[in-house]
Amino acid sequence: MDTTVVNTGTEGKTWGGGNEPLKASYGKMMMWFFIVSDALTFSGFLAAYGFSRFKFIGSWPIADEVFTHVPFFHGNYPMIYVAFMTFVLIMSSVTMVLAVDAGHHMNKAKVTFYMFLTIIGGLIFVGSQAWEWSTFIKGDYGAVQTKGGNILQFVDTDGKRVALRDFVVAEEKDRTAHESKNGLWFVSEGTLPTYTVDEVVAGLVANENILVRTQEINEHGEKTVLDRGASLQQLKVNGKVVVEGANLHVNEYGSPLFADFFFFITGFHGFHVFSGVVINIIIFFNVILGTYERRKSYEMVEKVGLYWHFVDLVWVFVFTFFYLV
Amino acid sequence: MAHAHKLEILRGLVKFKSNTQKIWGVLILLTIVTTVEVVLGIYKPEVLMGHIIGMKILNWIFIILTIVKAYYITWDFMHMRDETAALRRMVVWTAIFLICYLIFILLQEGGYIESVYSNGYIKRDF
Repeated sequence: MDTTVVNTGTEGKTWGGGNEPLKASYGKMMMWFFIVSDALTFSGFLAAYGFSRFKFIGSWPIADEVFTHVPFFHGNYPMIYVAFMTFVLIMSSVTMVLAVDAGHHMNKAKVTFYMFLTIIGGLIFVGSQAWEWSTFIKGDYGAVQTKGGNILQFVDTDGKRVALRDFVVAEEKDRTAHESKNGLWFVSEGTLPTYTVDEVVAGLVANENILVRTQEINEHGEKTVLDRGASLQQLKVNGKVVVEGANLHVNEYGSPLFADFFFFITGFHGFHVFSGVVINIIIFFNVILGTYERRKSYEMVEKVGLYWHFVDLVWVFVFTFFYLV
Repeated sequence: MAHAHKLEILRGLVKFKSNTQKIWGVLILLTIVTTVEVVLGIYKPEVLMGHIIGMKILNWIFIILTIVKAYYITWDFMHMRDETAALRRMVVWTAIFLICYLIFILLQEGGYIESVYSNGYIKRDF
């Protein structure tokens, strides 16, 4: 005689247990809920970016003037490279979903091949992002920051940007960068800018055709260019630091907050891509070793696939809010 | 695992024969949308520079196209189309509700702080 009741007589009924109302496995559902929470994190970041942008709506950098570089090509190509990066990521999403589809057909060779392509796509994307970062950090034209923290850039009379190196002459300097080995060991100093503010002023005085451009956006949606007199006045009275490139404190393209958010949001996204690539590699080796063949289910590929698509999904929004809007 | 895929997009306007074909179809759609965005972003047509509800028409177009892309990535790449309605609603509406809330709060307050600046009460950055 049984001592425990095995059957409750309610099997197959709604509350009999063993129901899967969502018809999804535990792992897949948890991946979805993780994605929802991660989506909220990213929207928090992007909304904070929106907050700062609305705060400085009249002087925010224009993305088309910031991201204009393409590797191996000189010149001004706004958007082209980011569009390429977007396409790479969408393409790797496609190979991922093809891998998932091949997994449903239990086709090990195809899953392996498509997982491999996905990893390559992810690596190209992370590499592109690193390149984009280094270009942004290095900067292009250089600018002068005022006492109030605004950025003064330089243009010629046609409104084309002029780099500091084109009109400023560096002189002999007495000031050397502080190094911990020959000064206070607990104090560090970054690289000194190539030019001093005085040299920039001298360069501006010597070149009649160069004007100062402020970060204020005028009614045509362009940055305001000062006339010659106001340019000299502004630079002499307010110029404080020469800025080349961008870091977390200063940013030659405009508001330092722009650089902060750029590093933070694309960095956080880049970290997601990186960890996605690592997870993809692990799954790739599991596929090769036949783990899922033995398990008779490639659902694991589907789960990392969800994560990978989510990374793509986030990029679509980052692309819009950083580069387009 | 018998997986039944729904094989039509754009409310049945385009029907695909297999899941693989649908994936490529969605890729083409996403590529077209991205191209449109990039071209608009580079040329910025003067017609689209007018303002509707506090934002440029062009920016509205960008945001709407982004949501379109997000829809197809979630629905077709992440197979949301094939999940049960309950799971779909659980994930999508929770996210939409909370994100709308976040956006509303932050943009509203950002606008207020901008007005403090531009009305000249406070000049200093804070």
